Amino acid sequence: MARTALPGRLSTRLTWRVATLAEFHDETATARTLRLDVPGWPGHLPGQHVDVRLTDEDGYSTQRSYSLAAPADGDRIELTVQRLPDGEVSGYLADTYAVGDPIEIRGPVGGWFVWRPPDPAPVLLVAGGSGIVPLMAMIRSRRQAGSRVPFRLVYSVRTPADQFYAAELRRSARADGGLDVAVVYTRSAPDGWARPAGRITAADLEALGWPASFEPTCYVCGPTGFVEAAAGALVDLGHDPRRIRTERFGPST
Amino acid sequence: MSEDFTDDYEDGNALAGPLGELFAVDVTTAIGRCAGCGRSGRVAELRVYSHAPGLVARCPGCDRVMMRLVRGPDAAWLDLRGTVSLRVALPG
Ligand SMILES: Cc1cc2nc3c(=O)[nH]c(=O)nc-3n(C[C@H](O)[C@H](O)[C@H](O)COP(=O)(O)OP(=O)(O)OC[C@H]3O[C@@H](n4cnc5c(N)ncnc54)[C@H](O)[C@@H]3O)c2cc1C
Ligand SMILES: [Zn+2]
Repeated sequence: MARTALPGRLSTRLTWRVATLAEFHDETATARTLRLDVPGWPGHLPGQHVDVRLTDEDGYSTQRSYSLAAPADGDRIELTVQRLPDGEVSGYLADTYAVGDPIEIRGPVGGWFVWRPPDPAPVLLVAGGSGIVPLMAMIRSRRQAGSRVPFRLVYSVRTPADQFYAAELRRSARADGGLDVAVVYTRSAPDGWARPAGRITAADLEALGWPASFEPTCYVCGPTGFVEAAAGALVDLGHDPRRIRTERFGPST
Repeated sequence: MSEDFTDDYEDGNALAGPLGELFAVDVTTAIGRCAGCGRSGRVAELRVYSHAPGLVARCPGCDRVMMRLVRGPDAAWLDLRGTVSLRVALPG
């Protein structure tokens, strides 16, 4: 049967299923991309996430949410996990979790922070750190659909070494028509970089984003403090709050 | 943990999985009306605190609790006292 692009279930209640790690690679010194096999995966929309549940031998279990990093590819899904200092689940997934190991996954879920390829409105993507993950799924889906919808990505990272998907994004900026990529460094910028290192400001978003009069849909994702600041700046620049969609990843560390 | 830190929350998107256990539709795209200030908005836009017992979703307008979800081993409790109504789109 052909796989549908419907977000998830048709009538059954959402339940946990077992996923197995098929392969992984390190994205940066502190982040790892995991490719998982999930038998019977129903497909998903870019921007959706899964809940991951880990259970100990003694029965203790805990769960966290992780965005889907790529469009669905049969039973294969992709996550990118940033290891946080002392982080319980991220530490396990980014360091210990090995090829062939099972974990439990629930999803895809979330119907609001999604981009649908037929939507013709220009798109502004604003990522802070690991907040690039669901936005990368949108960029990859746009490429897969051969869409020419104008996309701009403003990606805030601490240093060049903290950038996820760096080679692909450099390539994308040339190869994917109508995709602009701008990186803002908060701690240290490459030599000769015009913009001094520092937190993203309304002036950055004004210079690198779309004017509010273009009525873009804005997707803002990252640590809670980053999302607050960036979404607030977009509102100050005149963007309609109803066109600003946010995904907060939790405490800024 | 306390709810005093403005940084210490996620948004209603994070409720998609927990509510998906209860409902066959995606409730995060439903429009909820706050019993405190009357504001209408997507459930995805509520402020979710996960350090309280269970999940607590507050109105971004007035900060009052609109939803509380507690999951036990064999049941879930969904407290909707702070929500006047939920509008769920059901095409067709
Ligand atoms: C919808 C959604 C999508 C997400 N997508 C992604 C994604 O694609 N990639 C990604 O990497 N993350 C993502 N996240 C964040 C992810 O869900 C986790 O919150 C994150 O991985 C941290 O989990 P953890 O178990 O490692 O850390 P936790 O153990 O929960 O701790 C988080 C941080 O708080 C600190 N901390 C914990 N307990 C204490 C304490 N008692 N005292 C002081 N400090 C403490 C830890 O040092 C750590 O840095 C997403 C979140 C949401 C809501
Ligand atoms: Zn309210």
